[in-house]
Amino acid sequence: MTSKVCTAAEAMADVHDGASIAVHSWGAAGTPGYLLRALVQRAVKDLTLYCNNFIPVPEFLAELGMPLVTPLIPQLKKIVSPFVGGRGLALSGTTDFLGDQVKRGQLEIEATTHGVFMERLHAGAMGLGGFYSPVGLNTIIERGKEKRVIDDKEYIFEKPIRPDVGLIKADKADKLGNLIYRGSSRGSNPIIAMASKLTIVEVFEVVEPGELDPEMVVTPGIYVDRIVRIPDEDVASGKRRPEIVKRLTEEILPLVWAISKGGQG
Amino acid sequence: MKEKLTEEAVAMRAAKELQPGDYCNLGIGMPQLCALYVPQGVHLQTQNGALDFGPLITQENVKQIDPDLIDAGGSFYTRAPGMSFFDVLTSFAMIRSGRMSTILGGLQVSERGDLAIHSTSEADAYPQIGGAMDLAWGAKKVIVAMAHTTRDGKPKIVKELTMPVSAQRCVDVVVTDIAVIEVTPAGLLLKELAPGWTPEEVQSQTGAQLIVTDDVKTVEL
Repeated sequence: MTSKVCTAAEAMADVHDGASIAVHSWGAAGTPGYLLRALVQRAVKDLTLYCNNFIPVPEFLAELGMPLVTPLIPQLKKIVSPFVGGRGLALSGTTDFLGDQVKRGQLEIEATTHGVFMERLHAGAMGLGGFYSPVGLNTIIERGKEKRVIDDKEYIFEKPIRPDVGLIKADKADKLGNLIYRGSSRGSNPIIAMASKLTIVEVFEVVEPGELDPEMVVTPGIYVDRIVRIPDEDVASGKRRPEIVKRLTEEILPLVWAISKGGQG
Repeated sequence: MKEKLTEEAVAMRAAKELQPGDYCNLGIGMPQLCALYVPQGVHLQTQNGALDFGPLITQENVKQIDPDLIDAGGSFYTRAPGMSFFDVLTSFAMIRSGRMSTILGGLQVSERGDLAIHSTSEADAYPQIGGAMDLAWGAKKVIVAMAHTTRDGKPKIVKELTMPVSAQRCVDVVVTDIAVIEVTPAGLLLKELAPGWTPEEVQSQTGAQLIVTDDVKTVEL
């Protein structure tokens, strides 16, 4: 049996131009920052990105290993996301970070709602052809979509999402790919794992089969194709966590609190 | 110029719309302030997958920080007895189940309870919907907490929305810095006034007709 455990470069090796990629992106917890950096290095182009949030992050947070989706911008053809941009994100210092590319038609942005986004991934995971949803009726969400009345109620047809590649993060994997998450790092990772044709996970720790309590496994190994342990020297590694948390609590959060108090509130 | 309620006071009043035992999701931004004031026994949910989480990390409890515990707005929070974690699909199933209430911000509310929250104009470059449409559609009770007027004094409660609609006929009650207004089948019912305000003064800052009865009370916090 070939091992699922590999390096980030090996895991990304056959990610090709034009691929569709789903990634959990929701702040510091559960976003696979190490794999995102590997995807930037891989330099594949014309990607379609499915992600929860596409938000610029200030550089001082990026230095602390805050996971970023924005460095992917030159590689993207399309973004499908419920939330794109930086409105209200005073800390980012930018509000129009995609404007030029969008205006020039180089980058397409597809709006969705967060619940619909998740259900589209779920439909992809379940092998469904789509579903009828009531959310977003008579709003921008229904544009260009089929509508149908079922039992006197109106619905919008939503298509499934079945990404070529899913990039996810978990706390621990065993070598079979069974995954355990921790706190808010669960996020949409288990759903992306189920929906994607190829799922790559980054973890703090890889253990032997039998070391995870099967009652606690959230994502069964069948959904995980490649397992990447974040190397100790990386800013996002488990080993460097205490150091990062110390900087976060002593330097960064006091700064964030000071700015948000002085800002618009 | 009459005194308006502070953001904290609006958050306190909005939080009083909830009853012990209610499940509630607080929208990003001002509604998150309500977390400080919700009655004991209200179960708070965060969209990225937790129920019954503990207090947010602040200067006072920063030593308790856990980098794996963040809410949907990116703030760190603490653990609490009885909390649960779940994936985002489950989170939105809850939100659309009719079991949960929500306190949302708002850009505009119409007299029928239509809500504009995700965008100020059709020309907006980016979708910034997040979970707001799911919450507005699916919540058991939709409480909107917002300023009564824009910064340049234009009414945010209007006859017809001029901003893109996020969800139609969804708002139950609006708590502003000068009034509490219930959306009823007959129209917008003025329930409470900020201290010192008259119904006429609130009407003059409102873009839709208010129903005023003898039952109008002063906001109590």
